[in-house]
Amino acid sequence: MPLDQDLEIKKFKVIGTRVRRPDGVDKVTGRARYGADTSAPGQLVALVLRSPHPHAIIKKIDISKAEKLAGVKAIITSADLPDLTNGDRAMLDILENCMARKKVLYDGHAVAAVAAIDATTARAALKLIKVDYQILPHVTDVDEALKPTSPVIHDHIFTDGIEPKPTKASNFNKQAEYGHGDLDAGFAEADVIIEKSYKTEQTHQGYIEPHSCLASVSPDGAAEMWVCTQGHFVYRNQCAALLGLDANKLRVTASEIGGGFGGKTHIWTEPLALALSRKANRPVKLTMSREEVFRCTGPTSSTSIDVKIGAKKDGTITAAFAELRYHGGAFPSNWAEFGAMTTWACYDIKNCKSLSKDAIVNRPKTAAYRAPSAPQSCFAVENTIDEVAKAIGMDPVELRIKNAAKEGTKSSYGPVYGPIGIGATLQAAKNHPHMKAPLAKDTGRGMACGFWFNFGGQTCVDLNVTPDGTITVAVGTMDVGGSRASLALAAAEELGVPYEAVRVIVADTSSLGHNDMTDGSRGTFSSSMAAVFAARNAITILRERAAKTWEIPVDDVEWVDGEAKAKGASRGNLAPLTLKDLAKGAGGTGGPIAGHSEIVADNAGVSFGTHICDAHVDKETGKTTITRYTVIQDAGKAMHPSYVEGQYQGGAAQGIGWALNEEYVYGTNGRLQNAAFLDYRIPVCSDLPMIDTQILEIPNPHHPYGVRGVGETPIVPPLAAVSIAVTNATGVRMHHIPMSPPRILKAIKSAKM
Amino acid sequence: MGAHVNTTINGDAVEFVCAPDESLLDVLRNRIGLTGAKEGCGTGDCGACSVILDGRLVCSCLVLGAEMNGKKLETIEGMADGAKLHPLQQHFIDGAALQCGICTPGFLMAAQALLRKNPDPTEEEIRYGLAGNLCRCTGYDKIVRAVQAAAKEMRG
Amino acid sequence: MRYETPSTAKEAVSLMAKEKGIAYILAGGTDLLVKMKAGMIEPDLVVDIKRVKGMNEIKKGAGGYSIGAAVPCVAILENAAFVKAWPGVADAANLIGSRQVQGRSTMTGNMCNASPAADSVPALVAAGAKVSIAGPKGNRKLAVEDVAAGVGRNNLKKGEIITSIDLPKKAAKSGDAYLRFTPRTEMDIAVVSVGVNLTLDGKGVITKARVALGAVSTTVLLVKEAAKAIIGTKLDDAAKANLAALCSAACKPIDDKRGTIEFRTDVAGVLARRAAETAYARAGGK
Ligand SMILES: Cc1cc2nc3c(=O)[nH]c(=O)nc-3n(C[C@H](O)[C@H](O)[C@H](O)COP(=O)(O)OP(=O)(O)OC[C@H]3O[C@@H](n4cnc5c(N)ncnc54)[C@H](O)[C@@H]3O)c2cc1C
Ligand code: FES
Ligand code: FES
Repeated sequence: MPLDQDLEIKKFKVIGTRVRRPDGVDKVTGRARYGADTSAPGQLVALVLRSPHPHAIIKKIDISKAEKLAGVKAIITSADLPDLTNGDRAMLDILENCMARKKVLYDGHAVAAVAAIDATTARAALKLIKVDYQILPHVTDVDEALKPTSPVIHDHIFTDGIEPKPTKASNFNKQAEYGHGDLDAGFAEADVIIEKSYKTEQTHQGYIEPHSCLASVSPDGAAEMWVCTQGHFVYRNQCAALLGLDANKLRVTASEIGGGFGGKTHIWTEPLALALSRKANRPVKLTMSREEVFRCTGPTSSTSIDVKIGAKKDGTITAAFAELRYHGGAFPSNWAEFGAMTTWACYDIKNCKSLSKDAIVNRPKTAAYRAPSAPQSCFAVENTIDEVAKAIGMDPVELRIKNAAKEGTKSSYGPVYGPIGIGATLQAAKNHPHMKAPLAKDTGRGMACGFWFNFGGQTCVDLNVTPDGTITVAVGTMDVGGSRASLALAAAEELGVPYEAVRVIVADTSSLGHNDMTDGSRGTFSSSMAAVFAARNAITILRERAAKTWEIPVDDVEWVDGEAKAKGASRGNLAPLTLKDLAKGAGGTGGPIAGHSEIVADNAGVSFGTHICDAHVDKETGKTTITRYTVIQDAGKAMHPSYVEGQYQGGAAQGIGWALNEEYVYGTNGRLQNAAFLDYRIPVCSDLPMIDTQILEIPNPHHPYGVRGVGETPIVPPLAAVSIAVTNATGVRMHHIPMSPPRILKAIKSAKM
Repeated sequence: MGAHVNTTINGDAVEFVCAPDESLLDVLRNRIGLTGAKEGCGTGDCGACSVILDGRLVCSCLVLGAEMNGKKLETIEGMADGAKLHPLQQHFIDGAALQCGICTPGFLMAAQALLRKNPDPTEEEIRYGLAGNLCRCTGYDKIVRAVQAAAKEMRG
Repeated sequence: MRYETPSTAKEAVSLMAKEKGIAYILAGGTDLLVKMKAGMIEPDLVVDIKRVKGMNEIKKGAGGYSIGAAVPCVAILENAAFVKAWPGVADAANLIGSRQVQGRSTMTGNMCNASPAADSVPALVAAGAKVSIAGPKGNRKLAVEDVAAGVGRNNLKKGEIITSIDLPKKAAKSGDAYLRFTPRTEMDIAVVSVGVNLTLDGKGVITKARVALGAVSTTVLLVKEAAKAIIGTKLDDAAKANLAALCSAACKPIDDKRGTIEFRTDVAGVLARRAAETAYARAGGK
């Protein structure tokens, strides 16, 4: 059986069915164990002391009083985390984010951590630590940070991507450029040119489970960690490197994970827990508070984007340019570059360019958030496209269809597309009943399309046949939302056994080879491919065992519907050997039967989606209500349609929250004002309508079943779709996300004047 | 000085000692070993810690353990009838109403409290009845549908 | 910290009066526990009033309703007769937090916590409610608008506790309404809010009115001039416009994470007009 990635079109037996997930019962009965749900004998409780200042020099940290408090077992500062990175600045940045070194760089930056016998003692100890700060001027706005007058946050950053490289340090860490063609010529051809500027505010992934870990380091250097993470192998590698542990001695077990969306792809407090455990010589549990989650982990970039599009009267886009300014929080990043790569990806534009500028500001280090950087650029681009359509009097869907990228289009970020779904999702949107439904008073309709690359990466799967003929599958890529069901489906499909005969677990870092994070929508794509290969490898062994039993050449044995069958008329007297038979007899035919797969899954298959949104706006208060929402997206192949729909719906809901009300509010003092769910307003149940979904299946040629990553694209179009709907409801173009009621009311009022 | 408490949890008599300022959520999770109620915020905003106290839905993070003397508490661990899942639990699994599942115990408690009061809720009543429970994964669509399906089954 | 559960108001008062350290009454705890968790307060004594006799009851006497200080919002909503008599007050109770929060939170706690955005306060002020206070020096009554002294401060003296909220007898042909603005439908704190209570004569002319604004000043504002502007009218468009303008003019808001001065000022007028329309209809006006 082929072990290459190429798609085989076949009729599926179980793939595509809506089976019950294996972890379902544990999760509805409260038995499933998440990050904070476990404890160890003798465990200590750890808490972190965090800076109230956005930018300051740490002159002195005095822990003497805290150390003397009864029940305090260990206190660490950066002095306990020496730089072992050997000049690897990116790794040092990670360490510095976990614990401030010479300076604090944002409100909430860790300066010390305490392990004590209980939370009350740890809290008292934090109060006894005295930190002497020398406050520095700070900057939290991306455009301000790029100005030459801005306070410089790192003296070692000299802009990359500019020739000649600057000799003066600044907050402008990187510039990059994508695109092709001749912009001037393109704009010269245009009948209309629309040029606009946009802003989006910073948002948080908002996973409901705060970060939590339980670390235990023994005096002999062996260590264990239980942690909620999207990638326990990466956590292991980074923690081991930063703390000078051998990777093989740090066994990391991933707990069930209560959401991540990119925010749990970075280590935050895990090295601190390990260092405390090492110092105290006891297990240490460190769980963040919700406030800490908001202040110190994972937000996405706030942005400022300029877009210029030129088009002919017939709708052909002749030229397109965007400048995108994003920030990485207090550390260098390439989020703007990601944004620039996605800017024109939906379209086939002869002359296009995007220029990215990455900045550093006094905010927490930004982390990936579901299709990181794409929603913001999509918002800016799609609104401008909508204006182009209005300016030339063309239907916005038709305009997009006319310019849509297709198979063979050279994308603006470089590659030439294979079979892609942008055109199909646009056609589906055009024909969707939602598009034609009548609109109520003060309600507007918007549509927008979006793109995401998707990633594959390093993946391991072990498949074992148990003596009773059932199957265990161990995977190293975290299941963040039902992928275990999909992997069981893949193994069952290949082996020809019922879904229920396969049980999938996520293995710890000592049981499998390295696995990348569950990010870039790679979870189901890459693990299912590895599961398919592992199953095929197991089938090869099963056939060998049958051949051995029958004493015939292995080539004469085929695997059909869960059984080994001897080929050829002369062998008709040989009764098929079932998986159960072969498993039972394994001891006599060569030992346990297993299949392994260690791969780099490439070509995760770009994915496109088109969203339609109806929004009602109360023009007297600026309050927006989403009254109807439809997501249309290409999934390649939906292995478990319910969880694909769930990804579409969840991504759309997050995007709607971002579009309307979610934002980090910083005071002039550089402190985050709304580090709680009451004031960081993610949508609640009564804020949303049902979210309709339509799954298109344009197979990915580089996956045996045609699967594409699906998890991220759904968050890309909503900012644009919702804002265009609001614009159509109010008659006023919205340039600033989120479109909170004060912003909408202000825009309506200024338009009247 | 610790508070000495006698209470009933999921029908069982339970006795514990806790610090007077300790939340019921911490008592459940750290002292009694019932980790089904989750802490998403600790401040009443997310509903992941929802339990039913003397018949009323509350956030266990906003109740003191010390208040529990003589009370009756229901938690997610007591929702199924032995091996038989409650219809809400079954429909949550069948309808894929959970992704990461961290919000699920809280939603199930809230939905249970809602259906006891109102066995035939409209979609709007379900949405408002569950507004104190945050879910970041699902967009709520499948949760609302699972509650509708369970309500229908329970009405018979 | 000590935790006490007195069974009489007298006991509660004496515990509070005697305590030398920091003492707090615990009603629903939905403000108190959040502040404790955040380390904003570290009480030495917490006196739980939920086991005090009578404090869990809603009583209807000749004078009107009396709501015990420990009655959670959900119990108010379950009292159909009360909801019918005071739909505006009930709407306010229904807006305080989630079902979970309403299972615990009390209107008394809402008022004592003295947030300018407290939902029950504008509704109760519009209704003309008073509170009964028990204290070491005896009992007294206070109008609801006089309970808060400023943001997070109230006018109760050492040892004093509120035992009940007393609403006046509901007048014939009267109606109340409460509206707040929040960006989300639920789980949000008022950016601006309005309580209105109107009484009409046989012809639908407003004879009495009370209008209260929340979240636009350090405490809830009773806007007498706005009430005056609609008395004697049938809430025609001109009256509504006057009401809206006077409410906007009365605002003394701030810019904060929840809203801007401009927004609060504008929306106060809009909500006042809408709340008045609802109250007018509830009073039987057409
Ligand atoms: C998630 C969440 C959402 C919320 N949403 C809202 C909302 O939408 N609108 C809103 O207005 N509020 C909201 N709140 C705040 C809070 O729920 C309300 O203020 C509630 O009414 C407080 O009542 P309580 O009984 O819980 O007060 P407690 O916390 O018990 O007490 C509050 C304060 O009042 C004092 N106190 C209580 N009773 C007495 C008494 N009888 N005599 C003297 N002092 C007393 C206490 O000592 C304490 O200082 C929310 C809170 C949370 C956690
Ligand atoms: S943990 Fe109790 S509501 Fe969030
Ligand atoms: S399923 Fe993840 S938060 Fe609800």
